Amino acid sequence: MATIAPKPLTQRRSIAGGVLFWLGLTIAFVFFMFPLYWLIVTSLKQRSEVTLLPPTFVPFVDFEPTTINYLAVFTRVSELGTITSDTKPNTELSTFPLHLLNSVVVGGGATILAVILGTLAAYTFSRFKIKGEADLMFFILSTRMLPPIVVLIPIFLMFTYANLRESYLGITLLYITTGLPFVVWMMKGFFDEIPREYEEAAMTDGYSRIEAIWKIVLPEALPAMLATAVFVLITAWNEFVFVQLLNPSRATTVPPFLYAIIGYGQIEWGRMAATSVVFLLPVVIFTFLVRNHLLRGVTFGAVRRKRLEISN
Amino acid sequence: MPDTTLPRDSASLARPDSSGRLRPRYTWLTDRRLAWLFLSPTMILLLLIAIFPLIWSLYLSFTQYSVIQDAATGPRWIGLGNYAQLLSDKDVWNRFTLTASFVVPAVGIELLLGFALALLLNRNFKGRGGLMTLMLIPMMLSPVVVALFWYFMMRADVGILNYFIRDLLHLSERGVFWLTSLKVAMWSVVLVDVWMWTPFMMLISLAGLSAVPKYLYEAADVDRASAWFKFRHITLPIIAPLVLIGVLFRTMDAYKLFDTVYVLTGGGPGRATQVLSVYLYQLAFREFSTGKGSALGYIMLIVIIALANLLIRVLNRLRAEG
Repeated sequence: MATIAPKPLTQRRSIAGGVLFWLGLTIAFVFFMFPLYWLIVTSLKQRSEVTLLPPTFVPFVDFEPTTINYLAVFTRVSELGTITSDTKPNTELSTFPLHLLNSVVVGGGATILAVILGTLAAYTFSRFKIKGEADLMFFILSTRMLPPIVVLIPIFLMFTYANLRESYLGITLLYITTGLPFVVWMMKGFFDEIPREYEEAAMTDGYSRIEAIWKIVLPEALPAMLATAVFVLITAWNEFVFVQLLNPSRATTVPPFLYAIIGYGQIEWGRMAATSVVFLLPVVIFTFLVRNHLLRGVTFGAVRRKRLEISN
Repeated sequence: MPDTTLPRDSASLARPDSSGRLRPRYTWLTDRRLAWLFLSPTMILLLLIAIFPLIWSLYLSFTQYSVIQDAATGPRWIGLGNYAQLLSDKDVWNRFTLTASFVVPAVGIELLLGFALALLLNRNFKGRGGLMTLMLIPMMLSPVVVALFWYFMMRADVGILNYFIRDLLHLSERGVFWLTSLKVAMWSVVLVDVWMWTPFMMLISLAGLSAVPKYLYEAADVDRASAWFKFRHITLPIIAPLVLIGVLFRTMDAYKLFDTVYVLTGGGPGRATQVLSVYLYQLAFREFSTGKGSALGYIMLIVIIALANLLIRVLNRLRAEG
């Protein structure tokens, strides 16, 4: 290993190394991407194609893709589950759009409120001297470490007594609460990085503190708030256990709806795949938008020193 | 208490209308009032929806109570009865072992695979950004959809995985009974978890690798250090704390995993994949042993706190050394 090249670890390239590198990368790529590819392909198949052996892999080449599954997601194309291209379109809406709307209303509402309330609390922790600040911050974090299943029982009882089950309000409040610790920790880390001289200068110029926050701090914090919001939204969007238990018939979001599909004997896999694609699409888009904040987000801000640039 | 004394000598911020002093509005909103106003909604919500249920749950764990049967009479205090019953039950211990037999392989494989991938991706090549963005998708997806779709791919008869194994590669005559074999089912759950969360370990390892200063390697090369020496004495000490944070997060999440197992296997076949969370759900919402379920929840909580403390202690020691 007597190389004198300046950057050996990244620049030493033998043919064997290159082959291994691309081989490893290909295997990893196939392993992680194939299920997603298969989901999309399945959503484009006719009922008879879905469980065909040997399977067909490439639309237009192996099989003729169809949009019937996507039509079936939103409308009652067929009540009995037999979908063919000959089936006359029934334009009556299926129940999926309603569930999707519920997901948007509950997830969106919870996200907006959690980000606003959490940001205000984070600002307070960052700028004011609060008695027992470290303890309070730890208290906020600790509510997030709980296995959700542990608080499932008392939440269920509490919501039953407070008449919050089967309501938008209850599940939204719950998602706000699960989102809050995350927002407080992320935004506190962010505010700590903005110099306090910004608003203090504005205050010497005659602004009150609240005006300074509104006019100086908030515009500065908006990008971080949006990145944080995406994480809160995705968590609420994907949540299953609580909504399944608390809202089985009203204000139900999409995950319990999808889970219910496998309860019926014959699963319409094409339709299930199409529903999943529609449901996952926003998450994929949001993941793309926040990819550079992802590490900080998924570690709750615990990894903050290094910002990883993923985009080239 | 909010700090109301502010430095007055800070530099003036350039504003178009800063020629004349403005008269501050909302002066009745002192810093102290503002702190109260800003903090109270968050604190009230957390106390009401996170802490209060927890205390209630603690109380219930000391009672004989079923939401269905005892609705009229209410909970009956039985002290440590539930705890004694659970801890002397061999089935409960089995489920702790079962959970460990999921957490350890899952987190272990994710760590090794994620780190290996990070080593691959820790160089510049065309399409690196796009590839990484694609790889991040699995962990952001809904566990319900992920489990549902793997369920489809793992079907024994016409599932695509068995098509590869049985018909294409001829590795097995009848294919693998991914979800119905007592021996395989848990590994199928591990596989799905690995698919979802390896990108996370990759991401965190990559952050560690890119934090290693290049000049250290250059200096080691001048001394003709071996690749292993460089890895052991330069790379590892720097990335270890970060990677351990990843392990901490993954262990805690894997320990409380519910959705994926619930949808993929429902705890079956038999009880082969009935990890603690699924068992707790079964206890509380199928058998309606509310009191006993609460007690199990608290046992789980104590274990996870102990586990997290252990890992954090290792982490702090690593940091002190590094």
